[in-house]
Amino acid sequence: MEPVTNTTATILLGKYIGAGLATFGMLGAAIGVGIIFAAALQSIARNPAKEGSIKGFALLGMALAEFMGLLAFVVAILVLYVVKQ
Amino acid sequence: MSEAVHEHSPLTQFEVYPLLPLKFGAWDVSFTNASLWMMIVVAAITLLMFQGVRRRQLVPNRWQSTSEMLLEFVSGIVRENAGHAAMQYFPLIFTIFMFVLFCNVLGMIPLSFTVTSHIIVTFAMAAIIFLGVTLIGFIKHGTHFLSLFLPAGTPWWMMPLMIVIEMVSYMARPVSLSIRLAANMLAGHLLLKIVAGFVMIGLLGIFPFAFLLIFTGFEIFIACLQAYIFTLLTCIYLNDALNLH
Repeated sequence: MEPVTNTTATILLGKYIGAGLATFGMLGAAIGVGIIFAAALQSIARNPAKEGSIKGFALLGMALAEFMGLLAFVVAILVLYVVKQ
Repeated sequence: MSEAVHEHSPLTQFEVYPLLPLKFGAWDVSFTNASLWMMIVVAAITLLMFQGVRRRQLVPNRWQSTSEMLLEFVSGIVRENAGHAAMQYFPLIFTIFMFVLFCNVLGMIPLSFTVTSHIIVTFAMAAIIFLGVTLIGFIKHGTHFLSLFLPAGTPWWMMPLMIVIEMVSYMARPVSLSIRLAANMLAGHLLLKIVAGFVMIGLLGIFPFAFLLIFTGFEIFIACLQAYIFTLLTCIYLNDALNLH
């Protein structure tokens, strides 16, 4: 088998594979956001009077969980467009 | 961006180009499309607020009603999350909310430019908030402000670890605040642009088009939500500085 050389095509291949792998980070964010909204819906169903404050907390929790997924997106963008060589 | 961005790339919509090249010494202070859109945003906010207070009535007209609703909404966030003492910082927080909201929403207009999709813009805002909040904390509490880094009731053998963890999480605040907003805007606009490319495949393009319609509405919701979250987190940070947990 030929040794892998540092050609442009190889680097591009590595970039695309890396960016694709980075998208797996969004899996965790998806699970997290799902859990948050499921819990929020359950607690609103049990105590509809508290809907306003639960909604605020759910949106805050969603923002915090979603940030982890967005970091994966940022890594993908960095790998694709910013990393040279 | 690098040479990888060619003409039909979905990233061209974020390109910053000078409209009026200017040089100030060694610095490039050109008037760019980002500056233009920031000015449009500020002009739109000014128009809304000035029209809102121009003819004040007991039964408000549409302008006054809109601006009063926004004002009430933000003052509610500040009062609920940072307490009544934080109302003296309300003008700053309201300005931040209106700027982020209008940048996000005006960015949804086709062919416009989303200022908040650039990390440098959001990071500048987040850094100002971070420095301001830290200063407020030190002015208000002196060195006692450092107790923020050690939650009460920590066992003594956990103290070194807790201080490091709290320090890192405190330092990460401006980064997370800015990247959350910028990456949300970037991801949404990229997705819209990529799906828009699928519409041109022929008769079956009606499905991506329907998705695009729904997702544009969702994206406007995200634009408002991110402005809300940016403001909410600012208030929570302010609350930490004013009330120390």
